[in-house]
Amino acid sequence: MKKFLLTASAAALALAASAGYAAARDQIQIVGSSTVFPFTTAVAEKLGQSGKIKTPVVESTGTGGGMKLFCQGVGENTPDFTNASRAIKDSELETCKANGVTPVEIKVGFDGIVFANSKAGTVVDLTKEQVFKALAKNVAVDGKVVPNPYKNWSDVDASLPATKIEVLGPPPTSGTRDAFVELVMDAACQKEVKAANEKGCGEIREDGAFVEAGENDNLIVQKLEANSNAFGIFGFSFLDQNADKLQGHKVDGIEPTFENIASGKYGVSRSLYIYAKKEHVGVIPGMQEFIAEYTSEGAWGSEGYLADKGLIPMPDAERATWAENAKALKGMGS
Amino acid sequence: MTDAIASFGAGRRPVSIHTDDAAKARLKGRYRAETWFKWLGAAAVALAGLFLVLLLSTIVTQAIPALRLNYLTLPIDLSAAKVDPAKLDAVNYDAIAQEALAAKFPDVTSRQDKRLLRGLISTGTGVFLRKDIAADPGMLGRTVNYAVPLDDFADLYLKGLLADVGSDEAISTSVTPSETSGDIDLTFGDDTMLALARGWGATEGENGMLTLTSGASSLLVAFNGGTVKLTALSPGANGTAVAKGTVIEALDSTAPAASGQAFLRVIDTPEASRKISDKEIAWLDTLKSAGLIESRFNSIFFFTGASREPELAGVWGAVVGSFLTMIVTLAIAFPIGVSAAIYLEEFAPKNRLTTIIEVNINNLAAVPSIVFGLLGLAVFLNFFGLPRSAPVVGGMVLALMTLPIIIIASRASLRAVPPSIREAALGIGASKVQTVFHHVLPLAMPGIMTGTILGMAHALGETAPLLMIGMVAFIVDIPGGFTDPATILPVQIFMWADFPEAGFQQKTSAAILILLVFLVIMNAIAVILRRRFERRW
Repeated sequence: MKKFLLTASAAALALAASAGYAAARDQIQIVGSSTVFPFTTAVAEKLGQSGKIKTPVVESTGTGGGMKLFCQGVGENTPDFTNASRAIKDSELETCKANGVTPVEIKVGFDGIVFANSKAGTVVDLTKEQVFKALAKNVAVDGKVVPNPYKNWSDVDASLPATKIEVLGPPPTSGTRDAFVELVMDAACQKEVKAANEKGCGEIREDGAFVEAGENDNLIVQKLEANSNAFGIFGFSFLDQNADKLQGHKVDGIEPTFENIASGKYGVSRSLYIYAKKEHVGVIPGMQEFIAEYTSEGAWGSEGYLADKGLIPMPDAERATWAENAKALKGMGS
Repeated sequence: MTDAIASFGAGRRPVSIHTDDAAKARLKGRYRAETWFKWLGAAAVALAGLFLVLLLSTIVTQAIPALRLNYLTLPIDLSAAKVDPAKLDAVNYDAIAQEALAAKFPDVTSRQDKRLLRGLISTGTGVFLRKDIAADPGMLGRTVNYAVPLDDFADLYLKGLLADVGSDEAISTSVTPSETSGDIDLTFGDDTMLALARGWGATEGENGMLTLTSGASSLLVAFNGGTVKLTALSPGANGTAVAKGTVIEALDSTAPAASGQAFLRVIDTPEASRKISDKEIAWLDTLKSAGLIESRFNSIFFFTGASREPELAGVWGAVVGSFLTMIVTLAIAFPIGVSAAIYLEEFAPKNRLTTIIEVNINNLAAVPSIVFGLLGLAVFLNFFGLPRSAPVVGGMVLALMTLPIIIIASRASLRAVPPSIREAALGIGASKVQTVFHHVLPLAMPGIMTGTILGMAHALGETAPLLMIGMVAFIVDIPGGFTDPATILPVQIFMWADFPEAGFQQKTSAAILILLVFLVIMNAIAVILRRRFERRW
């Protein structure tokens, strides 16, 4: 018995130790944003079904976490692609370069950030300024910067309903939050707040009116269904998939529909990206096939399967430019 | 007792031993407290039982729809003109299946409608077809009746989970259409339809005009071999009613349908509140009444890997991943844990150092599991350079987590072996090692096994430590070895719960059921081992 146990454990350890030095990886590894995750996985699956390469492995680590892994260096223990719900930051690009990584930027489409509530709730017509006043940590009242005093929507603007301000939204680790702060809070920032504190625009109130609901957007959907007075902030694809339960609201008079986001009319939309590691092309099999599949009309085109999943395609000309850049593997900063 | 009291009070009236009133009150109070406690205990158990039943029944009722999947049988043309037997890989099988479906609905001509119709069958159809042809080339060269899985929305609709649909009711008046296709006018023999439409949420306009918007229930009229969706109604001349409608399925003729020949179907859920349109519903109902749709056991769910399409997603990849991970965990944690327990219990001197080790092992058992994940990331991935997402790393991390549990359980069962056994063995001249391995360990084994199985069951349900080492990932291929990327059952459940598509809700519950079945089996084995082999002294 004892001998058997010893042999078994020795074998297990030997196996574990040898695994790290096994033959070159033959499967693409992808990390990054949870917003782009549903689209990248769809592409990965399609490519795997075609039988050309092994289905890539896609992890959802968040944009920031993905960048960190991606820029760690070159080699088969680092991921080949990262998904991002914002463009790469300068500091991240520097880390990448310092570690010998040349990212190839590919913009894949748009995602709208929507304000939605349950179908049982009231329909409102918001402006960015109203959203700022309802959610900022500090607001200007009569020229003075004070902690946000507004309790009800009607306090913010008389045209809004007299219900308590209750908004479920993404936590600071989320790319959706970054985009929301940039597109709404910074854009509609009151000048007094900005003058008092340069970073004050992006601060969101912490007195319970804004609830950080975690990265799980499905959870927000369920909570909104249960509480018709609450509003939620999340990506358009979740509104699209739950159109039977939720309604999106106009921002600055524009409704969050597929067409409005695609045409750029809807103000709260952002670009989604994937970054490829140029150094891995030709080393890890399937890199070029993956890029080709992602940038094909059947995938990211206006009638492609990614549009069915909720991705909002770019205009034709822009798609053509990005596809060309991707094909040529035009690296950043080189 | 009663005899003693009786003899004590012999000859006199029997009296209680509690003589004064205060004592009696105290006694009553004690009984009351006992009764209360019993009731509270029973209530707590009942509440716990109630929650368990509630939880299980919710999961089971949600999971049941996922166990079956609807298939559509289509005549698929695999003649040489469509499929070149020499170039099987270059064929667009999806297009062939879509053509077969389109042939069932020749009236569908607009681009948008064609797209909608194509969406009824699963996007994985081509893959299944290709695989089946490769397995059975005899299918080639003729038209075969082939069952293709339906898309998730179509499947959910047929399971009654997307919309409330009433049964067909005969209309008690005649119906005359103006055309056979497109937007048409319908004339009803009397005005009963007006009252009906009002009841189903039509918007009242000028001159008694009733409009059925996408926010109202859908009213479909089936007659002359086709279906018309009503969009507006108004009172006509001589007590008749005139309706405007859109033809969903073309009518055979413009002949009037007599009373009782036309049928009204009401889809209670308004079109704007569901993910399936009236057209898709009408097509599915036609296919179903033609007997082409069949509900089968969902083998896809049990025997395939993950997918982004709910109808193609399966748990097999996660089950295999869990199995591989558990093998690694067992191979590492069991021998090390048992050896450590034997050494600490039987050989180690009792001094300060061993006491510190003991305390630390007990503390380790209470460390949050995510910490082991961070350790795994830092040591196994970054330092040793082991691959991400691999069961071997997952197994090692979980082994670290399970080790303290196994050590504690093993020590307890070693300690339960009475000293007389050891003394007898030593007394007849056995060495210390012989004593332990020939006499003590075999007697302690059932207890050690029980502890190990419970520890493994605990590890089987863990997700948090694997988050850090990349096992929380979308992995389609079934892992074939310890270093292939893999995911495990609890992670699969976590990921499905997060996907936006409605079809994944049922899958999530079904996967939870599978995980529960595994856990129950493991715990049952532990119970059996304990009952059959454990000895008590």
